[in-house]
Amino acid sequence: MLTILFDGIAYGMLLFILAVGLAVTMGLMNFINLAHGAFAMAGGYLTVVLMQRLDVPFLICLPVSFVVTGLMGAFLERTLYRRMYQKPHLDQVLFSIGLAFMAVSSVDYVMGSQQQIMQLPEWLKGRTEWWDGALGMGHYRLFIIAVCAALTVALQFVLSSTRFGSQLRASVDDSRVAAGLGINVNLIFALTFAVGSGLAGLGGALGAEVLGLDPTFPLKFMVYFLIVVAVGGTTSITGPLLAALLLGIADVAGKYYVPKLGAFIVYALMLLILLWRPQGLFSRQGGK
Amino acid sequence: MKVTPSSHFQSQLLQASRWKWQEWVGWILVFAAPWALPSHALIVNEMAIVALFALSLDLVLGYAGIVSLGHAAFLGFGAYASALFAKHVMPDPVIGLVWGMALTTLLGALCSATILRGSDLTRLMVTLGMALILLELANKLDWLTGGSDGLQGVLMAPLFGRFEFDLMGQTAATYSLTVLFLLFLAVRHWVHSPMGATVKAIRDNRLRASAIGIHANAKLAVVYTVAACLAGAAGALMAQTTGFASLDVFALDRSADVMLMLVIGGVGWLYGGLLGAVAFKFMHDFISSITPQYWTFWIGLFLVVLVLVGRDKLFKPWKWGRP
Repeated sequence: MLTILFDGIAYGMLLFILAVGLAVTMGLMNFINLAHGAFAMAGGYLTVVLMQRLDVPFLICLPVSFVVTGLMGAFLERTLYRRMYQKPHLDQVLFSIGLAFMAVSSVDYVMGSQQQIMQLPEWLKGRTEWWDGALGMGHYRLFIIAVCAALTVALQFVLSSTRFGSQLRASVDDSRVAAGLGINVNLIFALTFAVGSGLAGLGGALGAEVLGLDPTFPLKFMVYFLIVVAVGGTTSITGPLLAALLLGIADVAGKYYVPKLGAFIVYALMLLILLWRPQGLFSRQGGK
Repeated sequence: MKVTPSSHFQSQLLQASRWKWQEWVGWILVFAAPWALPSHALIVNEMAIVALFALSLDLVLGYAGIVSLGHAAFLGFGAYASALFAKHVMPDPVIGLVWGMALTTLLGALCSATILRGSDLTRLMVTLGMALILLELANKLDWLTGGSDGLQGVLMAPLFGRFEFDLMGQTAATYSLTVLFLLFLAVRHWVHSPMGATVKAIRDNRLRASAIGIHANAKLAVVYTVAACLAGAAGALMAQTTGFASLDVFALDRSADVMLMLVIGGVGWLYGGLLGAVAFKFMHDFISSITPQYWTFWIGLFLVVLVLVGRDKLFKPWKWGRP
């Protein structure tokens, strides 16, 4: 019971790190980015390649995948994404799903379609049991929770207590007025997009062992990211965090207790929540 | 006679709804295709079915302006409904088709409650969620649907008791084309009716449409239900003419593909779906004959370029690069 809760929390934290970039870009630019999972996949593959072919230690791979996918995100934002902000949502959906398709088949071409296996370092492999096995915690999942919690606190701090954070919040609330006040909204867009992609890459690197990594990753998990954003709302980061935890726990518990129904529970839950509160469970009334 | 502004607009609207000779010629050529090129009858059949599916999405996306990523839900539901009907109740194709359409209409009416509120993202998610839920159900209810093996052994009786579904597919193609044509006639009439104009008004400006007394939610629900019915018909035709229904009818690829077809042909234009389906099928066959495994890459590239250039300008190179 507690083990399921623990696994669910680890899964949810991971989903949050993967999806938070999507939530911020969607709130900031009103842009539906279905290719977000491609950045996560890039981070995952980068880590696997670095660790297996070049013997780079795991702890170095994580920041490297953050930086590299962040740079990729910044590059794509400058060249392609920024032309899309003013287009209708149909165009955005087509564009980003096209990018996701391209990412999937390029990775398939370069790396092959098989599942990639990640070799964890020794010190992350064990498992601790408390109370006669009522709570079993894999060390790797503990590590995931610790990293993601630290990131969440850092993000919250940046958003609420720094100059950049308040500029970002101003731009999310009303980008025209923010621009009128002399905030360089374009720069904020680009930075946020890069950090969001970087976080997705980091999440992909962390989650490659838990979620499984193969070329269809962006399409398989796109739905989960979108659920986090749609249920959590885009006005804050606590909304997506709670939504991700809820989704993680519901998914793990559902698969454990009623394996026959599989992912059905998660989708049904999402549908009900969105029928009840179409703007998301945790969004302010009147938010965008 | 003095032309008043209102009668001028009226005659313009009537002009748009009148049949042109090109349309007649086009339809005659299409109906002749399976008999003139018997070896391609199966492809004609496939094209007719996806064209009907694209027509259905056009109602939702082009006319009502609802971005749906889960339209395959209705295609798949229609396919399974009519396949199960043929297997367990009676193998007559026409009754099976009507049955499939009726059930899908019911499902569409239920689902239309989900697309009325919220932002584009919410709609995207609930439509996608519906397709995923049906996919999970079809996968898990394996005693009924055959699970991931698909529903096999669907045998159809001859059409009207006379025309066998042969291996060449000429009967199947003519059957699908006839259904497509009849439903197209209905939709064409409906789109040019006051109801169609109302729906377009809601798409263009919902606030103003409500201000002149249009009950937006009710109209959108009706459009969504009608579109579901058409998609169900496409699904039923697919199951009946192939004698098979598998889980991939619900897949995301289907919904994305049909959106691409519609976009190639042109959104908000009835022939857009039909022409787009034909063009997509040719493109698909051409690319997958070169790289069978990686054809999605080229489809993706095509989508990206299409949007960057601008959907309406793709076939007008002299306009590229201009705002």
